[in-house]
Amino acid sequence: MKDRIHKFEQNGTYILLDINSGAVHVIDKMIYDMMDTFDGTNDNEVLKALDGKYPKEDLTEALEELHELMKMQQLFAPDIDIPPTFAQTGIVKSLCLMIAQDCNLRCKYCFGDGGSYGQERAVMSPETGKKAVDFLIEKSGPRKHCEMDFFGGEPLMNMKTVKAVTEYVHQREKETGKKIKLTLTTNGMLLNDDNIKWLNENDFSLVLSLDGRKEVHDAMRPDVGGNGTYDRVVKNFKKCLDSRKGGNYDYRGVYTFLRGTYTKNSMDFTEDVLSMNDAGFDILSMEPVVLKDSPLGFTEEDLPRINEEYDRLTEAYMKRHREGKGFFFFHFNMDLSNGPCVAKRLSGCGAGHEYFAVAENGDLYPCHQFVGREKYRLGSLDEGVTSKDLPQYFRESHVLNKPKCRDCWARFYCSGGCHANADLFHGDIRQPYEVGCEIQKKRLECAILVQALLKLEKENNEG
Amino acid sequence: MKHIKTVNKPTLQASVGKGGCGECQASCQSACKTSCTVGNQVCEK
Repeated sequence: MKDRIHKFEQNGTYILLDINSGAVHVIDKMIYDMMDTFDGTNDNEVLKALDGKYPKEDLTEALEELHELMKMQQLFAPDIDIPPTFAQTGIVKSLCLMIAQDCNLRCKYCFGDGGSYGQERAVMSPETGKKAVDFLIEKSGPRKHCEMDFFGGEPLMNMKTVKAVTEYVHQREKETGKKIKLTLTTNGMLLNDDNIKWLNENDFSLVLSLDGRKEVHDAMRPDVGGNGTYDRVVKNFKKCLDSRKGGNYDYRGVYTFLRGTYTKNSMDFTEDVLSMNDAGFDILSMEPVVLKDSPLGFTEEDLPRINEEYDRLTEAYMKRHREGKGFFFFHFNMDLSNGPCVAKRLSGCGAGHEYFAVAENGDLYPCHQFVGREKYRLGSLDEGVTSKDLPQYFRESHVLNKPKCRDCWARFYCSGGCHANADLFHGDIRQPYEVGCEIQKKRLECAILVQALLKLEKENNEG
Repeated sequence: MKHIKTVNKPTLQASVGKGGCGECQASCQSACKTSCTVGNQVCEK
């Protein structure tokens, strides 16, 4: 039964998660201690184990409450196996277009070799981009909602193709009735009045890259000449955000995210998150760098420090929220009551079966991170998907088929982690990157705590 | 309850038999995009 629950304490709050139902219970210290022994059938053992530590009548009362939860299937809920709703084969509904395999920055932690992905620097032609739209429409079959992400390198270096593809997307939407959500990830160097206006008119969600404090950003994200870029990009990001004020933007529909990366050189990353918020941005994300054999990357030895920093970030997040100056932090956002279905939790990011990346030359890969890793090439826009086995292998590489994930308490929240990172560290997409797992678990605990606190404080405020 | 406060109405078990429509957003899990993890997604239905 122990493998059906996860309990933790953070900042004096005790949480009990029932893994297979998703129920989150805020509990007192006594219940927390009881759960070391309680398995649903051994009340006397619990009483014996905690005899003298808590009054018997309190323990008896708490046991009744635990049995009540079990009756409601919110404690020790039965294991979940592959549901019938998880289709055997995936339907491709999302594409990432490598609009420019070239970049005007030289970020120190870039996984794409300065934008080139180990290949010749090149940009995608409008023709290739349009073929990708047709590919998406054909492959997505009955799916109404599709997605296309304009990525790089730096996609704004190739506005000609961005515009041609977008125009074609709108044309094909009208012809087919599909909705293709557009996203663009940019470093901000080329954001100007003209393209901001155009991106807004075309309902682009934007992911804007900023690493927080000026000194941190400038050290990690220099331009080609080695100069800091903070002042230039923040000016452009502010202009972009200002242009979207009052419009129909939020964090789920058409969104504008600021995202950063922390490294071994910025393990006090709470300061970076707060710095972004202080600069006027309030939809934020900050994620750990993933690098192998690099002085900027993380090892297991860094985990205690990283965990401590997430505790700090949680406190800072709650403090600002309580002061009426709350901001949105991507990893703390979790809908505990209306989250995704089990089928979605198994399909995860969808790389290789629901989500493909299109390299600038039209080659297909499981996702943008696999571009240039030749053994993962799936085919091309001209040939179609020629790999017979890879899409199915990715489809079946879900948490219930991965030994390390199957028994992990976080399996239905992280969905097995990033395949590309697993491949980077182990050459095997079914063997998760352990340091990433530990960071993910800590972030999930923080998210669950934050959501529980927000709910309880709201109830208290409403009396 | 005196010792336990449940903060959500969980739907995970109920979604075993339904869902899977695939209309929800893709959720890249890598560090380079801000859409990591499925836990913080919502159902589109």
